Amino acid sequence: MWLTNSSVGRKVVMSVTGLFLILFLTFHTLMNAVALFGFKYYEAICEFLGANWYALVGTAILAGGFVLHIIFAFWLTFQNRKARGNDRYEESAKPASVEWASQNMLVLGIIVLCFMGLHLCQFWAKMQLPEIMGEHPQSGTDALALAFGNWWTLPIYLVGFCALWFHITHGFWSAFQTIGTANEKWICRFKCIGWWWATIVMGLFAIEAIYFTLHFNNIINC
Amino acid sequence: MENAISFNIKVWRQAGPKEQGRFEVYQMQDIPTDTSFLEMLDILNEQLIEQGKEPIAFDHDCREGICGMCSLYINGHPHGPATGATTCQLYMRRFHDGETITVEPWRSAAFPVIRDLMVNRNAFDQIQQAGGYVSFNTGGAQDANALPISKVDADEAMDSASCIGCGACVAACKNGSAMLFVSAKVSQFALLPQGKPEAARRVKAMLQKMDELGFGNCTNTGACAAECPKQIKLSNISRLNREYICAKLAD
Amino acid sequence: MEENIKPVIDSRIPEGPVAEKWTNYKAHQKLVNPANKRRLDIIVVGTGLAGASAAATLGEMGFNVLNFCIQDSPRRAHSIAAQGGINAAKNYQNDGDSVYRLFYDTVKGGDYRAREANVYRLAEVSNNIIDQCVAQGVPFAREYGGLLANRSFGGAQVSRTFYAKGQTGQQLLLGAYSSLNRQIAAGKVKSYNRYEMHELVIIDGRARGIIARNLVTGKLERFAAHAVVIATGGYGNTYFLSTNAMGCNVSAAMACYRHGAYFANPAYVQIHPTCIPVHGDKQSKLTLMSESLRNDGRIWVPKDIEDAKKLQKGEIKGSDIPEEKRDYYLERRYPAFGNLVPRDVASRAAKERCDKGYGVNNTGKAVFLDFSEAINRLGIDVIRQRYGNLFDMYEEITDVNPGEQASEIDGVKYYNPMMIYPAIHYTMGGIWVDYELQTSIKGLFAIGECNFSDHGANRLGASALMQGLADGYFVLPYTIQNYLSDQITVPHFTTDGPEFDEAEKRVQANLDHLMSIQGKRSVDSIHKELGHIMWDYVGMARTKESLETALKKLRDLREEFENNLFVPGSKEGMNIELDKAFRLRDFITMGELIAYDALNRNESCGGHFREEYQTPEGEAKRDDENYFYVACWKYEGTDEKAPSLIKEPLHYEAIKVQTRNYKS
Repeated sequence: MWLTNSSVGRKVVMSVTGLFLILFLTFHTLMNAVALFGFKYYEAICEFLGANWYALVGTAILAGGFVLHIIFAFWLTFQNRKARGNDRYEESAKPASVEWASQNMLVLGIIVLCFMGLHLCQFWAKMQLPEIMGEHPQSGTDALALAFGNWWTLPIYLVGFCALWFHITHGFWSAFQTIGTANEKWICRFKCIGWWWATIVMGLFAIEAIYFTLHFNNIINC
Repeated sequence: MENAISFNIKVWRQAGPKEQGRFEVYQMQDIPTDTSFLEMLDILNEQLIEQGKEPIAFDHDCREGICGMCSLYINGHPHGPATGATTCQLYMRRFHDGETITVEPWRSAAFPVIRDLMVNRNAFDQIQQAGGYVSFNTGGAQDANALPISKVDADEAMDSASCIGCGACVAACKNGSAMLFVSAKVSQFALLPQGKPEAARRVKAMLQKMDELGFGNCTNTGACAAECPKQIKLSNISRLNREYICAKLAD
Repeated sequence: MEENIKPVIDSRIPEGPVAEKWTNYKAHQKLVNPANKRRLDIIVVGTGLAGASAAATLGEMGFNVLNFCIQDSPRRAHSIAAQGGINAAKNYQNDGDSVYRLFYDTVKGGDYRAREANVYRLAEVSNNIIDQCVAQGVPFAREYGGLLANRSFGGAQVSRTFYAKGQTGQQLLLGAYSSLNRQIAAGKVKSYNRYEMHELVIIDGRARGIIARNLVTGKLERFAAHAVVIATGGYGNTYFLSTNAMGCNVSAAMACYRHGAYFANPAYVQIHPTCIPVHGDKQSKLTLMSESLRNDGRIWVPKDIEDAKKLQKGEIKGSDIPEEKRDYYLERRYPAFGNLVPRDVASRAAKERCDKGYGVNNTGKAVFLDFSEAINRLGIDVIRQRYGNLFDMYEEITDVNPGEQASEIDGVKYYNPMMIYPAIHYTMGGIWVDYELQTSIKGLFAIGECNFSDHGANRLGASALMQGLADGYFVLPYTIQNYLSDQITVPHFTTDGPEFDEAEKRVQANLDHLMSIQGKRSVDSIHKELGHIMWDYVGMARTKESLETALKKLRDLREEFENNLFVPGSKEGMNIELDKAFRLRDFITMGELIAYDALNRNESCGGHFREEYQTPEGEAKRDDENYFYVACWKYEGTDEKAPSLIKEPLHYEAIKVQTRNYKS
């Protein structure tokens, strides 16, 4: 199977799963944004995405994407370190055009993974998981209140968003490069689109997180 | 105009592929700045020979930036700090009085060190042998002008074909990937009608060989293109991916 | 005139008019059938244009080929550095070109010292080369209409040069290398990289193998074959400083020479007019700026000696001198060809000006190559598109950008001129071969720059690539079959015969000797001294006295080499100094050979200029009465003894021999 036994194939898996995850993040932030207009709307969406068959299928696919993305990331990194050989350079300099993020994707990914673990505990484990187990789930708003009522949630989330931003600014154009859609002009365009996309999505997430924190700590009330 | 600098040079010495390597520091006095980097190493070697020591082994041949033989990793850059130039095109005016210059061999599992700064780049030949050609026998060609080729494509193919096979891309890549090298050859043929009939076979064979030889996976950091002495573009890699994916999907 | 000379060697030129010889030859030569080709082994030493194309083509035909190169990959051979282009008589530009005209220009450019039949064949197959290379995917420059572009080159009045940016040699070599790779993958060619041929093995009077040293392990290895082809390039590095690559050497050719292969016309050494001038005594190599620059660049020195003196002192720059005070001496002396005169003429003219005191750099050994006129006419963008990479290369080396405006005098913009000076570039002489490219040793063939055959006393620009590929793709693969056709019953050789034993012992003894001298001088220091002797006494302008001095100095240098050489390290494993020492011994012998030939040839022609033989205007004066022959030098048993001369008379049927004229 070329997707696993060729370097380009493995990268295609990373690329497609990565793009899929970016798409998911985009929907995620848009749904969260609904809460900015009123928690009753947010509840409606939570209701809609409960443990229905379509939501479960979606979650399964999503989880699959995540797992593949993560497994392949470690696999590729392991191979790449091996390819580098045993002796490291005494001195190495990063060319100006090389993005910092591109050389630290695994580290950024691990930060994101940790953040995701926390996030799943705070929300998924209290909302969809109990429903699957046949127990009574928490309401979306309650989960938000519980999570963002803690003072430490926001800084951790911001760090996570930051890591995601770096991860996506490189991952976005890199994905298009890997699936062979780029050329000299489109590399620049994809980089630009990726930058804006990451900034808007992560910006929105950050705004939401800050809003929830302020709201559930009763600092603002609207 | 006659300027001269003095500096320390820290050079990787390794007696053989299986031996333990180490750095040695040498002092260089009053080297004219219009000396090329390799001429500076010649001077150092003459000094070592005078002391009855063995000179530093390094690859070099044409000394005009085209044979691709020279392969030194200088101060953290393959081919040194100049852009678009090979080691042999690097002149001492790029360096400062009193500095320490670090010189290392290419470091990659696929390019084992032979001695000192000399590495074995046979893997590149093997990749080319896997498919870097158009299959036809001498004498079987039609008239050269019977096949018009758009100037744009021909120029782009020429840019890709400028690769000198020095291995700086692999040396620069944190993943030890040879994608820029492979993509340059694949692109040259993919852009020209002569290469089309066996394009799918070529890209699959070359890529398979590249993977087999232990080069890393490309993560699009772009260090290869940034350090390439012939400024081979990163878009070649995308073309290689495209060619490969299409070839595989067509199977 | 040729009646004076009694022919003693057979150049095997086919019968018939010059235009039909090659066709006739091919129609009547003996061939080897496909089943028998599989039984025959051929050694090809060298992977430049000639070597790689020959190895690939012989492999395609079905022979078993063993291919050697000293570099880490066949792609590194020095053909890769050829910049300008490759000639062919396609007449795509409709400017009156033809096979005959290319043939004529080449013979005339070679100062009527080439073999007519060989040159005609070269011109004939030139068109096939372009077809071949395009089919291989060589990205030649093209017009917007999609057809191939051409440019003009020195010594021709038509545009017949095909090019791939300033990297034509690279692209052609990579084309040949790709064909070679295909054969390596197919198992028809075995490639030996980082191997150097040290000795030829002769069995019963025929070349049957070589002893080569693995440059990584230091071990001597034996290889046997039915025929041996050497494609090991020229001997320019005898002069230490040249445009040749550092590794270019003459040892393989010298091994053949010592076994009795004649060495022809060694005095014909090409000095390229457009190199970056020497800048110091630490320099290891000279950099060529492509001859194509002469298409748009104009060569000049100041008219006024005072201006020259100021330039030499660094008080003014070239761009400070206005148009009317510039002496475009090539345009002045040779109005018809101007800056595009052949290389030998341009080089001598530069030397003449510098000798008169008009040199423009601190050493007084440089002239200007100026693009101001072309940039003002066409714009910097057009010029950069044409020569951008050469400008960059020049700037990297000298810190001066020729595309940068430096002054404006009386409304005329002047750009930084390049400084150039002639340097050793190519060697027309080489191992003597007959029409079939076979040397005077049976079964030993020589192709490319390594042989002497096609360029006479001077090579035109863009003809070296043509000759290398012609020999490798289209000539040798045919002619070698004529030799091999009666070898089909000879079984594969083993390498344990007494001839191999002895050859290996000779090489080992030589290596042992080099290691045992343990004197005081490094290889490079002696090589540099050799270079000085050669450049000063056997260089661009030679005299009887200078050549005799050279021979004496070379004898002393050999003494010094034999008694005071120091090679560090050991015989085992890699030893780069030992590699160089081995080559230097042969360079010294080669230097003597050049001097002997130059001393013998009492005339000036092409790359060989004897000051005693010139016209009052300083042009070369040939002596067709007495020197209308190929000088073949035969080894006399030891390096110390002078070689003996055998003459191959030249016969011209198609071309009338006359004085070269580039004035009108």
